[in-house]
Amino acid sequence: MRPIEIRDVSLIYETPAGNVPGVQSVSFQIAASEFVCIVGPSGCGKSTLLNIIAGFLTPTVGEIRIDGKAVTGQGQDRGVVFQDFAQLFPWRTALGNVAFGLEMQGMEKNRRETIAMEQLGLVKLEKFAQSYPHHLSGGMQQRVAIARALAYNPAVLLMDEPFAALDALTRDDMQRLLADVWRKTRKTVIYVTHNVAEAVYLADRVVVMTPHPGTVKTEVLIRLPRPRDPLSVEFLDYQRQLLQHLGQHAAAG
Amino acid sequence: MTMVSIVSPISNGYSTGPEKIGSRWRAFARTAFPFLVVGGIWEIVAHLGIFPQRLFPTLEDVAITFVQLTISGILPHHVIETLIRLFCGFALAGTMGILIGIAMGQSRRAEDIFLPLVSIGAPIPGLAYAPLFLLWFGLGNLSTILLVAFVSVFPVIINTWTGGKAVREIWVRSAKAMGSDDRQLFRYVILPGTLPYILTGLRLGLAQAWRILVAVEMLAAVPWGLGWLIFGAREFLNTDVMLAAIVVIGGIGLALEKFVFKRLEDYTVVRWGMMVS
Repeated sequence: MRPIEIRDVSLIYETPAGNVPGVQSVSFQIAASEFVCIVGPSGCGKSTLLNIIAGFLTPTVGEIRIDGKAVTGQGQDRGVVFQDFAQLFPWRTALGNVAFGLEMQGMEKNRRETIAMEQLGLVKLEKFAQSYPHHLSGGMQQRVAIARALAYNPAVLLMDEPFAALDALTRDDMQRLLADVWRKTRKTVIYVTHNVAEAVYLADRVVVMTPHPGTVKTEVLIRLPRPRDPLSVEFLDYQRQLLQHLGQHAAAG
Repeated sequence: MTMVSIVSPISNGYSTGPEKIGSRWRAFARTAFPFLVVGGIWEIVAHLGIFPQRLFPTLEDVAITFVQLTISGILPHHVIETLIRLFCGFALAGTMGILIGIAMGQSRRAEDIFLPLVSIGAPIPGLAYAPLFLLWFGLGNLSTILLVAFVSVFPVIINTWTGGKAVREIWVRSAKAMGSDDRQLFRYVILPGTLPYILTGLRLGLAQAWRILVAVEMLAAVPWGLGWLIFGAREFLNTDVMLAAIVVIGGIGLALEKFVFKRLEDYTVVRWGMMVS
């Protein structure tokens, strides 16, 4: 596992109305195997930042370094999970989807399917290896997407509100499952969400962002033992603390 | 089969439970009913003798002619010649149409070049080009096949192009994030992502090809072919032959639809949930 450094990253959107800063002077570091959540209201640039790290957007200023090496464009050192269930390829089975990254590397069929099967086991979907995505529920599809992003063993897993479109009960299950996957794989994770409880449940550290322009307001370390109890007093204290950071801004803005 | 509980209601016709067989018969009866009504009216009119028998044959006569022509090998010969022309022309149209359509979907320049031509060419009835093609390529097979290809290429181009535009951005992003290069992106994402539209285009193209082919066989003085069979029968007032040939044309069209396209779709885009059967 390798550390990640976000160095003074800014991105300015050029619009007909003039230049709009998407994110401005964002800097923070992520240790190897750390689980970092980025929370903030919509428009705070958290997804933009994630897209920069993923290589879909190029920052106007600044750079992203993984293990000291500046990244440009997309690459297999990062795995990405999106919010949209449609991210899976409908013409491939769950197994075929998970094996995709390895297939792109040119790995031969038996090996890549063995690895893909292990990854499906990690998200408890071995039984559905031969199912096509449209036969899977939203939660299952997102689990396949997680397995798919992990299959080629990237240094970091980037997740953009992966459970936001799920119902509340499924979302709780998925958070438990993700915490479990993280415990087993010790991947570095950068997880974007607007859900404060989700951030407290999952993260080692929460980066709070505020909009206009999108900047990092503060960082909060979550010092709670795992598995975490969302109804404990400490958990609710952290939630309150984060909401205050976000709420203060809303009151002022 | 743990999957059964979550299988979407799209799939049908695969399970063979008793209730399914019953509903199949009902569906068959529903389809057959209008034909029986029209056939019955036809029989009444034909037997009443309102029109001369030569011009308005009974269905028995048509059936007898059909059997005779089939046994003598004349009808199969016509059918085979027509099908060969159809497949040559359509194969050409399919290949060119998919290539051009995908190029238009992927490259702005290809789109700028082809779109105006396609927009103008597509709505012109194919038969309007027939005399031109006959002058250019002579009477016979070559002009027939080229005209079939030319006419049926338009729906293939248009649908493939539309499909290329409809490939979801998130598939492309996912594939790139997983390390696809451009060639892999094309082969493993753009092509399967466009397939529902390509199949629609091919199906429409084949319908076009079928229509223009029968018509142009009447003009191109080819010695064999269903279109020519119908046209030739006019001289001897052989309306029974005409009707037999028309039935065969309808039957072949239906068979291509059911046994080629339906199967192809069921096996690909329907199985993938990208199209409802």
